[in-house]
Amino acid sequence: MKPFDYLAPADAAEAVRSVAANPDAVFLGGGTNLVDHLKLGVAEPGLVVGLAGLLPSGIEELDDGALRIGAGVSNSDLAADPRVRERFPVLSQALLSGASGQLRNMATVGGNPLQRTRCVYFQDVTTPCNKREPGSGCSAIGGWTRHHAVLGASEHCIAVHPSDMAVAMAALDARVRTLGPAGERAIPFVELHRLPGDAPERDTALEHGELITAIDLPAQPIARRSAYHKVRDRASYAFALVSVAAAIEVEGGVIRDARIAFGGVAHAPWRARRAEEALRGAPASDGSYRAAADAELTDARPAEGLDGGNAFKIPLLRRTLTATLRDLAGEDPR
Amino acid sequence: MTFPSEPEAVGRDLPRRDGAVKVLGTATYAYETPLANAAYLHAVQATIARGRVTALDTAAAEALDGVVAVLTPGNAERLASTEDRELAVLQGEEVAFRGQVVALVVADSSEVARHGAALVRVEYAQQPHDAELRADREDLYAPESVNPDLPTDTSEGDVDAALAAAEVSVEETYTTAMYHNNPLEPHATAALWDPAGEGFLTLWDSTQGVHPTRTALASVFGLDEAQLRVVCPYVGGGFGSKGQPHVNVVLAAMAARAVPGRPVRLALTRQQMFSLTGYRTPTIQRCRLGADRDGTITAIAVDVVELTSRIKEFAEQSGVPARMMYASPNRSTTHRLAALDVPVPSWMRAPGECPGMFGPEVAMDELAERLGLDPVELRIRNEPAVEPGSGKPFSSRNLVGCLREGAVRFGWAERDPRPGVRRRGDWLVGTGVAASTYPVSRMPKSTATIRREGERYAVEIGAADLGTGTWTTLAQIAADALGVTVALVDVRIGDTDYPMASVAGGSSGMTTWGSAVVEAAGAFRAKYGSEPPDGAEASGSVQPADDRHAMHAFGAQFAEAHVHLDTGEVRVPRLLGVFAAGRIINPRTARSQFIGGMTMGLSMALHEQSVLDPRTGHVVNHDLAGYHITANADVGAIEAYWLAEDDPHVNAMGSKGIGEIGIVGTAAAVSNAVWHACGVRVRDLPITLDKVLHALEERPRH
Ligand SMILES: Cc1cc2nc3c(=O)[nH]c(=O)nc-3n(C[C@H](O)[C@H](O)[C@H](O)COP(=O)(O)OP(=O)(O)OC[C@H]3O[C@@H](n4cnc5c(N)ncnc54)[C@H](O)[C@@H]3O)c2cc1C
Ligand code: SF4
Repeated sequence: MKPFDYLAPADAAEAVRSVAANPDAVFLGGGTNLVDHLKLGVAEPGLVVGLAGLLPSGIEELDDGALRIGAGVSNSDLAADPRVRERFPVLSQALLSGASGQLRNMATVGGNPLQRTRCVYFQDVTTPCNKREPGSGCSAIGGWTRHHAVLGASEHCIAVHPSDMAVAMAALDARVRTLGPAGERAIPFVELHRLPGDAPERDTALEHGELITAIDLPAQPIARRSAYHKVRDRASYAFALVSVAAAIEVEGGVIRDARIAFGGVAHAPWRARRAEEALRGAPASDGSYRAAADAELTDARPAEGLDGGNAFKIPLLRRTLTATLRDLAGEDPR
Repeated sequence: MTFPSEPEAVGRDLPRRDGAVKVLGTATYAYETPLANAAYLHAVQATIARGRVTALDTAAAEALDGVVAVLTPGNAERLASTEDRELAVLQGEEVAFRGQVVALVVADSSEVARHGAALVRVEYAQQPHDAELRADREDLYAPESVNPDLPTDTSEGDVDAALAAAEVSVEETYTTAMYHNNPLEPHATAALWDPAGEGFLTLWDSTQGVHPTRTALASVFGLDEAQLRVVCPYVGGGFGSKGQPHVNVVLAAMAARAVPGRPVRLALTRQQMFSLTGYRTPTIQRCRLGADRDGTITAIAVDVVELTSRIKEFAEQSGVPARMMYASPNRSTTHRLAALDVPVPSWMRAPGECPGMFGPEVAMDELAERLGLDPVELRIRNEPAVEPGSGKPFSSRNLVGCLREGAVRFGWAERDPRPGVRRRGDWLVGTGVAASTYPVSRMPKSTATIRREGERYAVEIGAADLGTGTWTTLAQIAADALGVTVALVDVRIGDTDYPMASVAGGSSGMTTWGSAVVEAAGAFRAKYGSEPPDGAEASGSVQPADDRHAMHAFGAQFAEAHVHLDTGEVRVPRLLGVFAAGRIINPRTARSQFIGGMTMGLSMALHEQSVLDPRTGHVVNHDLAGYHITANADVGAIEAYWLAEDDPHVNAMGSKGIGEIGIVGTAAAVSNAVWHACGVRVRDLPITLDKVLHALEERPRH
């Protein structure tokens, strides 16, 4: 581990100033991802700026019924919040499907969406990786691609974003509130993460030194009927192979509206607008769900690699979406 | 003196004597040995799989505040013996596998050592490497023998003719993955030369055998064994990977000599363990079975292809269990190896039996299916009267008893044999069975000393407790052999200052050390009678095993598997094993071994796989986030039972080894249950959802 300086600033503004002024500085949230990267040499900052105690750590109800979640709230506390559990079950479920109890206690709402890919080549400084070292090449292509993207990848990077919480946030039209060198702004959650394109080293739309201060969840009745379905290689403590966050409104056997996002398949949580579109007005049936999945997956491309690559993700995602919507619609049309 | 036929202490489920200190965190593991002013070590590893180091720039590391020394092939001491090329570290520029140690940083703290290691710049002349195991390679070779020293090939009768004539046959290829032992405690060593130079070396090493480690290190450094002490009271698991010293021990000893008078500590990182501490070879097993219509097996053939490293051969004996499991007049087994540019493979829990009971036991299930015969019944029908091959009588063989008892306990009788027809909610449900076996082995050498100390008895032997129960079980054996209450017996193990003990490996510990303890107790009582004076002392050594009998433990494992109708996820909510393993010394520690082995077998069935990227020769999922082991949520009900087995031939206690048999057969039972659940034969481990998804795609959901 390379030695670094540590700063505990007095407030969020000082934190932002300190990081913005130093290209070699990073924020430290719960540290559950960053500290690993420090040990592995994946991150070698000169200055680590601690956020403990600086960020709002409560969940506030706004006048319009939205929930404002402080970036300092722990993943555990967010998952356990009665309002979240009742109004946004998909979010609570997504959080609880991630990591372990100990990690969720440490992990923050600000740090979670900014955790970096689990691509094994990214995490190993002895293998080339465009995300870690731009221009060095992508070791994953043609390598072990089981956990890699089938949507929105590029020839430069096929990594996926690992967060479960972020998938739910993307489906729920959340907004990210930030404080940056240029002041405050709000970004639609779905615009927070980028696709890799030719700059995979950039995960998000945030500027250097831009701090996430809160995430707003707008009130949405549809989210009360929502669920997160995570499919993984073991029963717990594993990242998603694919996951589906879905909310659905059904009336008289017809789907009125839907919110859908996929995890484990792209460099960003994947908001499935084409699937949503295909569902609106369709009968609540397996056929509609499959068609919705197919609408979204027309551009899906498997990544070939060791052990047969990841082509299985495409049928798996179709089947997982179908199962999730079937359960949500509450009737099994078998 | 013989062992009592109705022992008092043996057979009781006494709690582990080391339990309290472990729970309290006061048990000292190797790395934690209190040593003042210790230096810390961190290894620099090769990033190519084959070639030569052409330049090593250590200047930046050496300039770092707190770095004491950087050892390289250029300045490291020349070892007395480089015969074991795995241990011949820093002796030359050649790189034989990715991850090989090319330099070692010695520093005042572990953080500085690690940072220094990252600053060492290494240049290489890279050569093309070859790290891909395939059964169709042209350079496969037959090793001279397979682990530990068994024949490479065997042949009886005419397998091809019998298969051609068989009314029913199975011919399939099965594969098991590369596995890493991954004990919780990493490989760790502390070392001190005192006095320095030619003086005396003490190693505190996490090892499965202090004496074998001492012997190996004495040879590598050209020392007299009297100049070396190895200490290891507690081990945080080894599963075979600490059965032989690995390079960490040599590095620690070298570094300690390089910083005279100063102790050093080295703990490998989890990632480093994936290239430096051994692993189980992947296997490709071609299995052929032929049978008559009534289920009498007429041919058994198992041909195994495995890998080894180019610098040191390890030939896992995966074809061996097929030599003695079932009766057949025609039988052949072969082992072929590919020598690759990969890290050195080694022992992992039940080498041979564990992978070698996957292919054949799934093949048995396939044979049962083709015969329309119950798989329990098929096994019972092919029970041999004597050990196939050797023709020796079994000292005891209760496979049939295990199968029958397990079938009753598991509720096998109600089983509908058809695959893919049971559904519970969103899950397809199935059950499967497989057999287990493990040989009873006794190491040729081990000695115990018993001494009267006041009112108490001290038993000393350099044995190891890997978390298995040795501290407790040796006390039980000694108590009964001496005819005293177990509370009066103190056990001292894990130190070469005690009499020589063999490695904790091959499930031989209790048989070997326990026998030595019984001999010592016999000598003690013969010498001192029932009123020994304070300080009275006698020793005894293990005697050669009975070679007129074939000696094996057996078992039967039953699994229930669920396959999710939509996602193909596989869960195993129930595992049940019944074992026949002689007299059980301590039901509490024995049960832990059985269910621990079964859990590891479940892990092998569903999760474990070291992904070796052939482009780099590198295991890319080299941490516990990437290398999945079964987590708590994956284990449902897990039950282990044993038959009361009276075997007078195995040893004085009547016990058989139990540390490994639990992992044998589990993966086959799970695969057989998955087939029964969803109709897909998964012949390649691990059984992941992508391997069953295609069948679900074709299946109407109702
Ligand atoms: C073994 C393991 C298993 C896991 N399994 C899962 C899983 O199944 N699903 C899942 O979703 N996650 C999983 N995680 C990841 C875990 O959820 C993340 O590590 C955690 O959410 C990150 O939050 P943190 O506060 O600890 O972030 P940190 O590690 O502190 O920071 C992460 C990144 O965000 C930046 N950052 C932190 N806070 C802010 C802020 N307020 N504003 C701007 N930048 C910030 C940091 O500079 C850093 O780059 C797992 C982690 C581990 C170690
Ligand atoms: S997929 Fe992306 S993160 Fe992984 S190696 Fe390629 S560039 Fe790096």
